[in-house]
Amino acid sequence: MEKQVILNAKQIELTIKRLCHELIESHDDFKNSVIIGLQPRGIQVVGRLKLELESILGHSIQCGNLDITFFRDDFRRTEKQLLPSVTNLDFSIENKKVVLVDDVLYTGRTIRAGLDALLTFGRPSKVELLVLIDRRFSRDLPIQADYYGKTVDTLKMERVSVDWSEIEGIDQVLLYTKAGNE
Amino acid sequence: MNNLSVDHLTGIRDLNHDDIQLIFKMADSFKDVINRPIKKVPSLRDITIANLFFENSTRTRLSFELAEKRLSADIINFSASSSSVKKGETLIDTVNNILSMKVDMVVMRHPNPGAAHFLSQRISAKVINAGDGTHEHPTQALLDAYSIREALGEVEGKKVVIVGDILHSRVALSNIYCLQKLGAEVMVCGPTTLIPKYIADLGIKISHNLKDALQWCDVANMLRIQLERQEINFFPSLREYSMLFGLNKPLLDSLDKRIVIMHPGPINRGVEITSEVADSDQSIILNQVENGVAIRMAIIYLLASKIER
Repeated sequence: MEKQVILNAKQIELTIKRLCHELIESHDDFKNSVIIGLQPRGIQVVGRLKLELESILGHSIQCGNLDITFFRDDFRRTEKQLLPSVTNLDFSIENKKVVLVDDVLYTGRTIRAGLDALLTFGRPSKVELLVLIDRRFSRDLPIQADYYGKTVDTLKMERVSVDWSEIEGIDQVLLYTKAGNE
Repeated sequence: MNNLSVDHLTGIRDLNHDDIQLIFKMADSFKDVINRPIKKVPSLRDITIANLFFENSTRTRLSFELAEKRLSADIINFSASSSSVKKGETLIDTVNNILSMKVDMVVMRHPNPGAAHFLSQRISAKVINAGDGTHEHPTQALLDAYSIREALGEVEGKKVVIVGDILHSRVALSNIYCLQKLGAEVMVCGPTTLIPKYIADLGIKISHNLKDALQWCDVANMLRIQLERQEINFFPSLREYSMLFGLNKPLLDSLDKRIVIMHPGPINRGVEITSEVADSDQSIILNQVENGVAIRMAIIYLLASKIER
């Protein structure tokens, strides 16, 4: 596998800033909006968004984590046991505008599970989707993002990985491609 | 460790430390699920589970049924009192008939020790033992240990005394195995006639004095006297048993520490435990019941993930 940096730390920072301004355009001061990250890798994106939004808006906004393990459609269909992460939603989503957040949008199956999981907590007035990376033309389900950081065209055998300084030690988005397959 | 080392849950004896920790980790997530506005997840919507109760049960049966429904499994219920067992059908015949209806998992309570193990070796469905005679009651032991972990932070290093009818109790045996695997110290306490002769071989302490036992422990698990399993008298009277081995408020207050009180139910108020103690803030009896659903969801989920498609 050859790897190629598609976003570096500086570009990620700029992208997050842009996404925050786009969010403010449609959510105003976030008084009736909440941001929910999908476990396990959406929550880092939420962390960055929250930091930036709060510094722009000057007040705190409600953020949570949502685990989708029990709503996945591949239970008993993969070799690996599906193990859950923590769900942390200490507020009501009833009649709120919810922004679901994940790092990479690929087949759309995770988002489908995320929507089902979300609705067990109540009835939001609106749900939107924000992703850092959109792997275009590879959807299994009719799901698209409302906000996206960067769009990439990828093949099925390729892999996109988003690294964070708090976990991997560096902020970067990598595209792994098969050697010789440009 | 990402999956259970066993294909069936017939007893705690077959589980290892990692299995128990995995079940607890899953139960944490399911406890979160059952406290949501919509307490249901779709994971097991293509699984059918048969609850076979050849012996009476309220709590365990409801708890299993609720756990299965919370996981979206289809369920069928069966109780011996209203079935062909009364007409002379054997266990294997009964179960095979039920399995022909395409059942993936069997939850069974049976009066004969070893019934769940016997079944697990002869059928293709996953088997969960919901109590087999005086042998094991693994889900009860797991929920007891889970409740101790919740109340005290961890089980390792804690001292647990099991008080009462140890001889006829499947809860006691499963609890001993489970607590020992998790690194707790275990003592049993009761009249000499209700303590099995060779139980010390399991590496546990024995006491015949309730006050001493309570003074030693961090957690006291009070068991019911199983009069339905006793064909002879093991002690002179319930009144005498209650005076010597019943837990009451003055006794609890005379200890120089605060212990956690547990009871697997059903409670005989005024015999092994007084109402005052059972309803006190030291008692986690109702937490045990709540945790029972989460623990059973965890076990069913983990075993179901091993069902071949």
